[in-house]
Amino acid sequence: MALTPEDVDHVAALARLGITPAERQRFAEQLSGILEHFQALQALDTENIPPTAQVLELRNVMRPDVARPPMPRGQILVNAPRQEAGFFRVQAVLEE
Amino acid sequence: MSTTLHDLTAPEARDLLIQGEITSTELTHAALDRIQHVDGKINAFLTVTADLALRQAAAADRALLAGNGDSNATPELTGIPIGLKDLFCTDGVETTSGSKILKGFVPPYDATVVARLRAAGAVFVGKLNMDEFAMGSSTENSGYFPTRNPWDTSRVPGGSSGGSSASVASGECILSLGTDTGGSIRQPAALCGVAGLKPTYGRVSRYGVIAFASSLDQVGPFSIGVEGSAMILHAIAGQDPLDSTTAPVPVPHYRALLEGGINGLRIGVPKEYFVQGTEPDVEKCVNAAIETLGELGADIGDVSLPHTDYGLATYYIIAPAEVSSNLARYNGTRYGLAATHVPDTWAAMDETRRTGFGDEVKRRIMLGSYALSSGYYDAYYLKAQKVRTLIKQDFDRAFEHFDVLVAPTSPTTAFRVGEKANDPMAMYLSDVCTLPVNVAGLPGLSIPCGFDSKGLPIGLQLIGKAFDEETLLRVAYSFEQATDFHMTRPTL
Repeated sequence: MALTPEDVDHVAALARLGITPAERQRFAEQLSGILEHFQALQALDTENIPPTAQVLELRNVMRPDVARPPMPRGQILVNAPRQEAGFFRVQAVLEE
Repeated sequence: MSTTLHDLTAPEARDLLIQGEITSTELTHAALDRIQHVDGKINAFLTVTADLALRQAAAADRALLAGNGDSNATPELTGIPIGLKDLFCTDGVETTSGSKILKGFVPPYDATVVARLRAAGAVFVGKLNMDEFAMGSSTENSGYFPTRNPWDTSRVPGGSSGGSSASVASGECILSLGTDTGGSIRQPAALCGVAGLKPTYGRVSRYGVIAFASSLDQVGPFSIGVEGSAMILHAIAGQDPLDSTTAPVPVPHYRALLEGGINGLRIGVPKEYFVQGTEPDVEKCVNAAIETLGELGADIGDVSLPHTDYGLATYYIIAPAEVSSNLARYNGTRYGLAATHVPDTWAAMDETRRTGFGDEVKRRIMLGSYALSSGYYDAYYLKAQKVRTLIKQDFDRAFEHFDVLVAPTSPTTAFRVGEKANDPMAMYLSDVCTLPVNVAGLPGLSIPCGFDSKGLPIGLQLIGKAFDEETLLRVAYSFEQATDFHMTRPTL
């Protein structure tokens, strides 16, 4: 299964990767090679096989509904690229 | 007994510390001196935490003195220098996951494993290099610099926990901690000639461990000789209320269970793990090791894991799918690199991730996004999850007849720096013998079992039943009692 440079652009946009035109050709070739290897799976009949998302047999792990002291706000913000008045500051995502 | 402090194994150091023959401060200075002396050649460390280490050593010495020779008075790791892969959040110490996007990130809290090691009296000498976000098999994908193999510095140490394996192999720390998502503990352990244990999924908490693929990631130790790995596993294993995927399974005292031998133990040899491309020296040494296990009383038999061939494709769909989700958090908002000079929100995010991530991380994010995207989900992701079931069933059937499986850890010994750097598929194939174990969530242990004609170490992989790390450790310990591969050290 070959991935075109346009496919790479589409996936890179989905993942917000901002790749350059020079990178897209190289990634298209490399990713196509990897996807080709994945085709091997199609040979297996998995019609009646249930999927496995995780291997543990744990289900619905609960903890007591008891409040615990949270990490202080200042500590949470300590690595923020930008902050203001105790909040993470971000750029506007909605235009006027 | 080893002659120099930096050559001590964990149990040797423990005995000397308890007897008061050495202090943790001396041991820690020896490790820091060794780092200063050899790390220019190895590049295992991203950060050396000398001040923290010496403070912890001083505290350990006070505890040991108060214990007055009583080994029950202090936790087993008291005063022992340990290195941490740079993806364990460490309160107050820069933690980068080997990525430029986390340069300067100083976590305000400890990962559970770090907190448990602190409580066990460990001394933290520094943070260890790794492939960026643990994606790679050579440590060449580090956003900072490649780490070198102490047996031959023109070669890679394996990866992604290459700093963790190289530092222990070169005596820069006595023990280290790494993570294994598809082989990232076992393969570098094999390539550097040390013991490396990937515990069962759910055995060790992932809280505060920078996530790669959450259904596969697991934390584990490196050591010279498996006794050190038994000591550290005991300290870090067990249920954690902060990680709901940790299992409520009791943690045995692994070190006390090493003796007893392997007489009558049923050991299976999966023929599919001797893949095409396995180097003749690897095959020869692994077969000789299997013979040794037979001489030690184990019942050796052949077993088939028929879906092994599909492990690589299954892994490289599931892991990148989880990556594309887990790494969405690096968007320049809460921590890490942020292209604050770019005015548009979406363009700023593109710029942050374009400059912050390396090529392999980008490849995997794209693979995962593609496998999960509309129209491809069933063909790739769902298919891989179904094959995951088949791979797990292979192991379930094998363990009806065998207690432990044994195979090569890696088809080759350490390869040259640059040899596979531009060929992602060739790099992925380096983990072909380790990937299925993560897919099935089982414990795996690599121990040295010989050297190739170039003098490079070869790893023997032991695969166990879920939550049966103690049997893996016992088999390895029995093998070590009969051989001396684990005590052969590189000359630096």
